[in-house]
Amino acid sequence: MSAPEVSTGSTSVKVGKAWYVTEHKIRAMRGYAGTLVATAIGTPFLYLFAFGVGLATLITQNVGPGGVTYLQFVAPALLASAALLVAQEEYTFGILLGLKWNPTYVAMNSAPITPRQIVDGIMLFVLIRMVITSVIYFAVMVLFGAITSVWGVLVIVAGLLAGFAFAPVAAYAATIEEDRGQFAILQRTIILPLTLFSGTVFPLTQLPVYLQWIGWISPLWHASELGRQFSYGPTEPIWLTVIHVLYLVGLGVLGWQLCVRNVARRLNK
Amino acid sequence: MPDSVITATSLTKKYKDFAAVDGISFEVAPGESFGLLGPNGAGKSTTMRMVGAVSTRTSGDLTILGLDPNEHGPEIRSQLGVVPQADNLDTELRVRDNLLVYGRYFGLPRAAIAKRADELLDFAQLTEKAKAKVDDLSGGMKRRLTIARALINDPRILLLDEPTTGLDPQARHILWDRLFRLKEQGTTLVLTTHYMDEAEQLCDRLVVVDKGQIMAEGSPAALIREHSSKEVLEVRFGSDKNEGAAAKLVGLGRLEVLPDRILVYSENGEAALVEVVKRGLEPITSLVRRSSLEDVFLRLTGRTLIE
Repeated sequence: MSAPEVSTGSTSVKVGKAWYVTEHKIRAMRGYAGTLVATAIGTPFLYLFAFGVGLATLITQNVGPGGVTYLQFVAPALLASAALLVAQEEYTFGILLGLKWNPTYVAMNSAPITPRQIVDGIMLFVLIRMVITSVIYFAVMVLFGAITSVWGVLVIVAGLLAGFAFAPVAAYAATIEEDRGQFAILQRTIILPLTLFSGTVFPLTQLPVYLQWIGWISPLWHASELGRQFSYGPTEPIWLTVIHVLYLVGLGVLGWQLCVRNVARRLNK
Repeated sequence: MPDSVITATSLTKKYKDFAAVDGISFEVAPGESFGLLGPNGAGKSTTMRMVGAVSTRTSGDLTILGLDPNEHGPEIRSQLGVVPQADNLDTELRVRDNLLVYGRYFGLPRAAIAKRADELLDFAQLTEKAKAKVDDLSGGMKRRLTIARALINDPRILLLDEPTTGLDPQARHILWDRLFRLKEQGTTLVLTTHYMDEAEQLCDRLVVVDKGQIMAEGSPAALIREHSSKEVLEVRFGSDKNEGAAAKLVGLGRLEVLPDRILVYSENGEAALVEVVKRGLEPITSLVRRSSLEDVFLRLTGRTLIE
């Protein structure tokens, strides 16, 4: 028996690519684009008013070198939190939606798309969603006068890295068979403490030393500090800045690869 | 069988110690309509996933379109259409958009997909629903949309896992009609079902599967000829009286005593019924019918298909 050529009828067929998955997700996003954009524009206004204008009136001390205002201090951390929130949503509910609640990943895998291409496509989609949120956030930050240097635009990159570093959550989500509120537990026991003790709204050094380790392992602390270096830094030695980048990229890549492995195992029943 | 599009030899899939598919062998010829008939849990869906090149076999050999799915999964899948047991349409997308995004997975150009999507919506009788939300479709419509989606790449083999389970009779007939048209066009169909009427309607040839193994193989008519009588007399005496009545029916033909009725396998059902009455029995209801694949399954396994 001779091997058949890889074609169907008159149309030649290429093996699928991760981008098609991204395309699919973008098309699906159009259905709720209004909500996303409204949230992406509304959130920075709310937070920057609350922290940068409201809370800031109580803070008379300088929080950074050379007369950095509280607004300037808090803004990069708020942007990173916003990007992280997008990633967290997609890495938890988004992943379980595709594998369980509306198993579109199963459908993609029935077509010539591999589990790796599915995960790569999703990661790219999450990145695009984070870019939209972060760019809008950044624009509002500029409006509030929270950015003083042109390098400040790199705060966006720090935000994207914050979200990407949560990719291990996606790898975990891919292993969940039964929904027993794991995401709510994750939110309360890991994400919320990490957010509170990550030097987002006050410098990590204000915490007692025995609590500071939470910040050191928190992607949000690394991303916030990284953002601050771009926005009004440097406030720390260069090696620490390099560590921020390596830590965030490392966590992201680790989670991404584990997610590929877990999705592949799950789809190959 | 020359030029088989699917060849399975001692195909096995184990989950730890449990063999869901336990060494089955079969071939499917191009253009053939091939069925796996069996009860729930027989291993049909597992077989379909292996044939669909998404599930790795534990042992045995499998060739689809001349390729080994372990080595050439995506290449094989590019030439398959898959209708899974549970619909997995994207409910965040409108009806037509489901076809558009799926076509892209085969690397097809957008213009070609758009044209094909419209043809397929017409084929699936869903043109008017093109802009509807998937959740607003009926069960039968969702099934037809899933079939349309599976045809977007003009597949050489269409795999259908329980295509009409859960549909009302009218929706089933509409679906059968569509599948029959595909069959007439020469599409190779492989389907699983636990409905014997579906297997009789759609399959040129089928295997009866139970507990991961093939019990029998042949065309529906040949299987009935081989494993059952021409006609079946069904008589009911009331649930606690069937056993007693069965004792008086010995000699009329092979008997199957089910909880609710007795089946008498006979070449002439009417004559058998006359004999039942002659023996002084008065069934509450009686029915003479032709033998079906249900009877074949009962004969081969001692169980009914839907339990």
